[in-house]
Amino acid sequence: MSIDFMPAAEPIARLIEEFNKLPGIGPKSAQRLAYHLLQAPAEKAEALAEAITAIKEKLSLCSICLNITDSDPCIICRDGERDPSKICVVEEPIDILPLERTRKHAGLYHVLHGVIAPADGIGPEELKIKELLSRLDGGLVTEVILATNPNLEGEATAMYLQRLIAPLDIRVTRLARGLPFGGDLEYADDVTLSRALEGRQEM
Amino acid sequence: MTVPRVYQTEAIIIKRTKLGEADRILTLYTPDLGKLKAVAKGTRRPKSKLGGHVELLTHSLLMLARGRNLDIITQAQTINSFSPLKDDLERISCGLYVSELVDSFTAERIENRRLFNLLLETLHQLSQAKNGELALRYFELHLLDHLGYRPQLQRCASCGSPLQPVTNLFSSGQGGVLCHECGYQEPIARSLSLNALKVLRLWQNCDYATANRVNTNSELSLELEQVMREYIRYLLERQVKSTDWLDKLKKETHQK
Repeated sequence: MSIDFMPAAEPIARLIEEFNKLPGIGPKSAQRLAYHLLQAPAEKAEALAEAITAIKEKLSLCSICLNITDSDPCIICRDGERDPSKICVVEEPIDILPLERTRKHAGLYHVLHGVIAPADGIGPEELKIKELLSRLDGGLVTEVILATNPNLEGEATAMYLQRLIAPLDIRVTRLARGLPFGGDLEYADDVTLSRALEGRQEM
Repeated sequence: MTVPRVYQTEAIIIKRTKLGEADRILTLYTPDLGKLKAVAKGTRRPKSKLGGHVELLTHSLLMLARGRNLDIITQAQTINSFSPLKDDLERISCGLYVSELVDSFTAERIENRRLFNLLLETLHQLSQAKNGELALRYFELHLLDHLGYRPQLQRCASCGSPLQPVTNLFSSGQGGVLCHECGYQEPIARSLSLNALKVLRLWQNCDYATANRVNTNSELSLELEQVMREYIRYLLERQVKSTDWLDKLKKETHQK
């Protein structure tokens, strides 16, 4: 979809067009961003340009956990304070952030970079599962926490991983599924509610 | 007459793609409107009130508001979540295959109530099935039937002569079984054993309860799977993507 921004001067039209390609940014927001930068001090614009080039030039995947990192191994894998016997498996690098905010997981991570989605042609080969299994080889890992999303594909992926890991004599756990804090029972669906009941705890 | 701005429908969710920050586009299969795409806002947030009610392979009652482009789901209530299906990897995989088939074979907003009922019944069957294969074959046969691709199994699809009780040929191009004379002239026909023909004939004309009584050994199931797969591939002019995953799962369970 190419919209003609020609009434604006060529460089600004180009910038609008580039902004417009970003997710969630329509033609109007793109224009506003572009004209905002035009009026902003040169350092601000340069800082943004530099930040954008840096993510492409300096970032790569951690050779251990496959998280996005600017140094290899990444800061989490490098951190001697963390417990290397527990690995928490997530779908995407972005999923590490909320888990880290809880400060409840002191172990390491492993990023799958996707989930099994048969109808999109994504099977285990397309995910970083081989890399996970080779990390489990050393005998150092005692627990794998499956933190894929609580939806059908995430569940399927977790079940599949459980099958692969179970014979290795490693404890496999799954994040609990139940009611979100601050929510209303009224809106809970059957699957969530029944799992919340099954997983109820002594008070 | 003006079209109402909001409407209510039952639906089975057969596909889901991400949209924007927290939204999803759902592909629904409904009894009166056939296949339908709609937006479910905020469903990727944990506290979404739609959340689990619009999960894949769920039968729900939905309230939709007409949108400029896609309709928007405003309320959802689960009718059946098929949770026994969702607790088992093989069953989930069969369910995803079934929904991919429905999605591939249908166009939007063309009513096909028989297909809706078949899909619903198949999800029920898969929730109980020990072996999903049988349900899948039954589903495939009847899906083709409801779409106008019912394979001709009673007589030769080419010359119309009665079939001999021997190994005959199945031709995807002719959409059915061929007698030996016609089969030789057909370059891409495959052999079809008498047992396979009998099973297909029975399944084509019975309900799930009767179909479930058929015992097939692994050789026969494989033959049935291949015949149906080739025919479907011929009709869609491409492979169904989920079959790779089904094959992989099956192979890995056999290795154990």
